[in-house]
Amino acid sequence: MGSSPLLEMRNITKVYPNGVVANSNVNFSLVEGEIHAIVGENGAGKSTLMKMIFGMEEPSEGEMLLAGSKMRFRSPQDAIDNGIGMVHQHFMLVPSFTVVQNIVLGMEPTKGGSINYKEAVRMTEELSAKYNLAIDPHAKVENLSVGMKQKVEILKVLIRGAKVLILDEPTAVLTPQETEELFRELKGLKREGHTIVFISHKLKEVKEICDRITIMRSGKTEGVFTTSDMSERDISRLMVGRDVVLKYDKTERRAGPAVLRARDLSYMGPEGKPLLSHVSFSVREGEIVGIAGVEGNGQAELVQALTGSLPGVKGTVEVAGENMIGRSIKEVRDTGVSYIPEDRMRQGAAKDASISDNLIAMFYRMKEWNRGLFLNKKKITRFTEEQIARYNVRCKGPEQPIGMLSGGNMQKIVVARECEAAPKLLIAEQPTRGVDIGAARLIHERLLEMRDDGCAILLLSADLNEILEVSDSLLVMYNGQFVAYYPDVKEVTEEELGFAMLGIKRQDAAEVRRALHD
Amino acid sequence: MIKAIHFEKIRTIAVIAISLLLTLLIIAVVSDDPLRTMGVFLTEPLSSLAHIGNIVEMAIPLMFTGLSVALLFRANLFNLGAEGLFYFAGIVASSIAVHFTLSAYVHPIVAILAGGLTGALLSAIPGILKAKWNVNELVTSLMFNSILFGVGLYFLNYKLRDPQAFVNASYKFHPSAMLNNLVPGTRIHIGLILAILSILAVHYYLYNTKWGYELRMTGSNRSFAEYSGINTTKVIIVVHLIAGFLAGMGGSVEVLGMYNRFQWTGLPGYGLDGALVALLAKNNPLSVIGAALFLAYIRIGADQMARMSDVPAELISIVQAVIILLISAEQFLKFWKTRMLLKEAGIRE
Repeated sequence: MGSSPLLEMRNITKVYPNGVVANSNVNFSLVEGEIHAIVGENGAGKSTLMKMIFGMEEPSEGEMLLAGSKMRFRSPQDAIDNGIGMVHQHFMLVPSFTVVQNIVLGMEPTKGGSINYKEAVRMTEELSAKYNLAIDPHAKVENLSVGMKQKVEILKVLIRGAKVLILDEPTAVLTPQETEELFRELKGLKREGHTIVFISHKLKEVKEICDRITIMRSGKTEGVFTTSDMSERDISRLMVGRDVVLKYDKTERRAGPAVLRARDLSYMGPEGKPLLSHVSFSVREGEIVGIAGVEGNGQAELVQALTGSLPGVKGTVEVAGENMIGRSIKEVRDTGVSYIPEDRMRQGAAKDASISDNLIAMFYRMKEWNRGLFLNKKKITRFTEEQIARYNVRCKGPEQPIGMLSGGNMQKIVVARECEAAPKLLIAEQPTRGVDIGAARLIHERLLEMRDDGCAILLLSADLNEILEVSDSLLVMYNGQFVAYYPDVKEVTEEELGFAMLGIKRQDAAEVRRALHD
Repeated sequence: MIKAIHFEKIRTIAVIAISLLLTLLIIAVVSDDPLRTMGVFLTEPLSSLAHIGNIVEMAIPLMFTGLSVALLFRANLFNLGAEGLFYFAGIVASSIAVHFTLSAYVHPIVAILAGGLTGALLSAIPGILKAKWNVNELVTSLMFNSILFGVGLYFLNYKLRDPQAFVNASYKFHPSAMLNNLVPGTRIHIGLILAILSILAVHYYLYNTKWGYELRMTGSNRSFAEYSGINTTKVIIVVHLIAGFLAGMGGSVEVLGMYNRFQWTGLPGYGLDGALVALLAKNNPLSVIGAALFLAYIRIGADQMARMSDVPAELISIVQAVIILLISAEQFLKFWKTRMLLKEAGIRE
């Protein structure tokens, strides 16, 4: 592999318009004919780097060389023209079209002004035979399994003449059998001289098929390594780690009786993949229980199960002794459950409604907030002004539409709404994602204050800083299960946490079950 | 300095100004005596009490349907069923005006309530389909317009038709059912008061009650509403009931206030005009008054123009199309808003 690199990214820095530095001084190189893994936690900057290679983003600084000559891609089309293709994690296919129609979309062979489908089918069959990617060209994409859809995506990239293929977490949605098949195909592509970039969290897979690894951590490269020299543990150590930014003086935990108790939650996804299996734990009064894990390991489903929006989940969820399964969201909320959702634009806020409208979503139906038929506007305005002052929200007043605020200020409103309802249980899902340090500190301090007041808090986060600083005890989720429980977060080392998050090491079932506090 | 917060108002005014300028431009090209024609178009509607009366008379049904559509749009429901409901409620109110004998005060009340309730019940059908099975309300409501028109026409032909009338019209209404005149010298009837009361009621409902809050949140972001514990299925059905009632009330008030027989053998178009009013009013109940009066004003102007000059009234359709296009074009004047926002943030001077 001593030959000169096919693609080189030198000293790449990417700053997004909102001030987030996604990549700083990143170096990356790709040798022809290799399978190169990029590993890193969520938010480490892998996707940003790939987007720049594929022309979806332009670097703020640094240069890119393709076969030794300088390049600048202004759009994915530029990248495709230069033989670079990307298979996205979320498939970009037209479900109602057939496989052939999807593959030739935008580059249909024509004959006398109309599309020559025979030729298109021939091209597809030739390609699928050459790379041993067996597929029925006439099948409709909507009827295909996930693994098959991925094949269509790969063919789509190949037919456009890609020599370099970027695969963004290709195995995240696959069953083990489909993964094996994908790996066989990737090895085949490599033999044919293609170069593959493989983005993944799954170290076992990386070890299995990749030649070299680039490890990224908080926007920087931690180095390039030959896979055979590295053990999974070595990789994990470099990948997981943190720079301590926020520190808090926490008071001693005074845990009371359990407020939330979940037993044996299991859920089967639409594709027959178990997304939750036998998840049991509890959260007691006056403590913050953190759930760590790489995203997509069942955290989202767990939260849906707890908030009453996952029909078909098995098991029991009790809040303050009452069963919550099968209850409506309103009933769950009326029991005293607050929820800070991960996606504030989709669920957490109505962006063209005013700040006060967004604040009262928890209160408007309560008697104290109404006067006869009408809402108590004075009380609402006073409350809004109080919260704006308390949470230091930068805005023009209670009537300003929330969509005009910055992400951090918008999140403060969401947090204010959920916290001021004085909940018994607060579920906080990525409460500080995408907000500035100042807002993050304020939100964390508020969570700690609520814990001291006896609220039970469940914190789900992919941000290790947050989860290690704020929580009292810690659970680790991997593949829809809890694989580790640490009753005291102070006893967890980052290394150990990394092993658990990446599924390298797991505690036995009895140890994890202590989280139930029976 | 003009604030970004007033942007929507400024934009609406700009749209109206542009469409009026365009009207004048077309007149200048088409007419042999452009200045006089423009004068007729702009001033004739306001030239006499009778003409002003015409504007208000036409604005009454527009207020009802505009309010009905604004409420649906507010809930993010693109339902254009007000047209059929308006027509069919007119038939129901007429039947009561023809076939029942009641005292002077009770008769119109019964007729209007019957029309309104009919509207509410019929409107609930697309509402339930939407809320429970996510059936596209635009499709069902437009199909319902045709169905209701057909059924209504059947009632007119076989149940209400007066064989002695020279046109296809119903028997005469009992005088007790008709709405009283409000302003002597015009045909403005007490339907105007009903319209304004309805607008005020909807305004308070929307902004000052918890149910209105649920409606606005459902319209603004249904996922957020559901996450907050709002039963959006219920909200969608309730909005349809209220909007249907308003459209039905409008149809009943129109036939009892303006006519002495039911004589629409085609859909009168007020329902679809209601969508234009709602657009102009930015789905704000109180602004519906102004929007309805404006639309009525340019219509009456066009009528007068057709009568007194060489430009046909159809000109107004072009103007309306321009208004709809510009108002629904979200990018129109957006650059200006961006500039104002940047200025306010102190990024650009």
